[in-house]
Amino acid sequence: MLDWDPLILTFELALVTTVILLFISIPIAQWLVKTKSGIKPVIEALVSMPLVLPPTVLGFYFLVAFSPSNSFGAWLNEWLGIKLVFSFEGLVVASVIYSLPFMVQPIQSGLAALSPTLSEAAYVMGKSKITTLFRVLLPNIKKSLLTGIVLAFAHTIGEFGVVLMIGGNIPGKTKVASIAIYDEVEALNYEAANFYSLTLFAITFVILLTVYLINGGYLKRFRK
Amino acid sequence: MITLQFYKKLLAAEGDLDLEIALNIQKGELITLYGPSGVGKTSCLRILAGLMSPDRGHIKVDDTFWFDSDSKKNKSPQERNVGFLFQDYALFPNMTVRENLEFALKKGQNKGIITELIEVIELGDLQNRNPMTLSGGQKQRVALARALVHKPKILLLDEPLAALDYHIRQKLQTYIYKVHKEFSLTTLLISHDIGEIVKMSDRVIVLEHGKISKQDTPQVIFMSKQLSGKFQFTGDIVAIEKEEVVYVVTVLIHNSLIKVVADTSEVAEFTVGDKVVVASKAFNPILYKIE
Repeated sequence: MLDWDPLILTFELALVTTVILLFISIPIAQWLVKTKSGIKPVIEALVSMPLVLPPTVLGFYFLVAFSPSNSFGAWLNEWLGIKLVFSFEGLVVASVIYSLPFMVQPIQSGLAALSPTLSEAAYVMGKSKITTLFRVLLPNIKKSLLTGIVLAFAHTIGEFGVVLMIGGNIPGKTKVASIAIYDEVEALNYEAANFYSLTLFAITFVILLTVYLINGGYLKRFRK
Repeated sequence: MITLQFYKKLLAAEGDLDLEIALNIQKGELITLYGPSGVGKTSCLRILAGLMSPDRGHIKVDDTFWFDSDSKKNKSPQERNVGFLFQDYALFPNMTVRENLEFALKKGQNKGIITELIEVIELGDLQNRNPMTLSGGQKQRVALARALVHKPKILLLDEPLAALDYHIRQKLQTYIYKVHKEFSLTTLLISHDIGEIVKMSDRVIVLEHGKISKQDTPQVIFMSKQLSGKFQFTGDIVAIEKEEVVYVVTVLIHNSLIKVVADTSEVAEFTVGDKVVVASKAFNPILYKIE
């Protein structure tokens, strides 16, 4: 009777979003740490905007920008065959932007806390920037990476406004758990709402607890 | 032969500094940069290593330009093949001591060098330790070994021994001197310790306000004072106290505090923190064996 689809969809979305975020946040964070450029504050502000903007604002502009009746949306649709409004892909793009600060900020502060002599020592030994990043820098900010991954994942699970605006409520495609809860409550179906809510409650608690246990050093064997 | 001829404006909290260096270094020399902090000693090493670029000038090593502002040539630190010993050691905490050394190997380089360095610098017992669990002196030895793995011809040491206590420092001086000779390196060292400089270096470069004010052998630089003294030591004034009719000046020489009596006119030119020479002319010093 209970429909698992919204929950599965939620975790699928969170997983895809987190993986993409991890790939794009590392270069962004590294750039923010290294740059002396004057536009750094602008980029930092843009990255952090989703923290303070109401999700509906982001959702609204995504909706306008990605709409096939708009030139950008039409171009995407025509040339790349991607329809970002009311589709899973659209949710992913919106979630990536919406959760960006949760991934970038921990990685950025992790990298900033490393002594610059670590990478300089590697460069002097003849190591490339990429080798240095993967073999020296990232392995030394494991905690920050874990924090970023988990926060981005958990935050994507908790998304509502952006998803509602751009994804709508299509079962199996864009109806994630948070939407489903809203939907069930509207229909006075409290039992189903409670099922989704409790599941999210339990899972997010476990995820966050794990992070604090690991980063707090309680689980010694997970530490390097 | 290394030719340094460059200018760089350094922005510092205490004000800007014009770093202007003209210096030739012979192959195999061990040179010390000496001077108060903030005169650009570290910047000189960083510029030579390629971690910092001068505003103009050139750096020539043997017959190749490492930096030349005219032809816009600037070799990256990766291409320069120097060894750099950082003040904070810069050991990679995610690797063991041995892994730190192995990381420094060039692609396809024979691992024999690691065994050799472990032997020369006596790191055998530390190989599998995590660098974070080592003492300062041990970390510095590992860093020294690591800086030599990729067989640099030039070794740059940024105050490598400043944070270490007297005995460990002496031991490390020996290691540095040993590798300098054994691997026929050209070495540039930053040091504040006159004893260390006299013991190790062929030539001292004294930097003041971003420029070379003097350069000569350590004996000439530090011992040219017009004294016929039988013995003399340099130290720092840590206190000046007035007693009855005279002043007592306390001077720190290495780890010992020495009290010297001075009269009002002499005290007038001293302040706490001054570097002074304590010398005796009239007495014949006596030596006692203690170790």
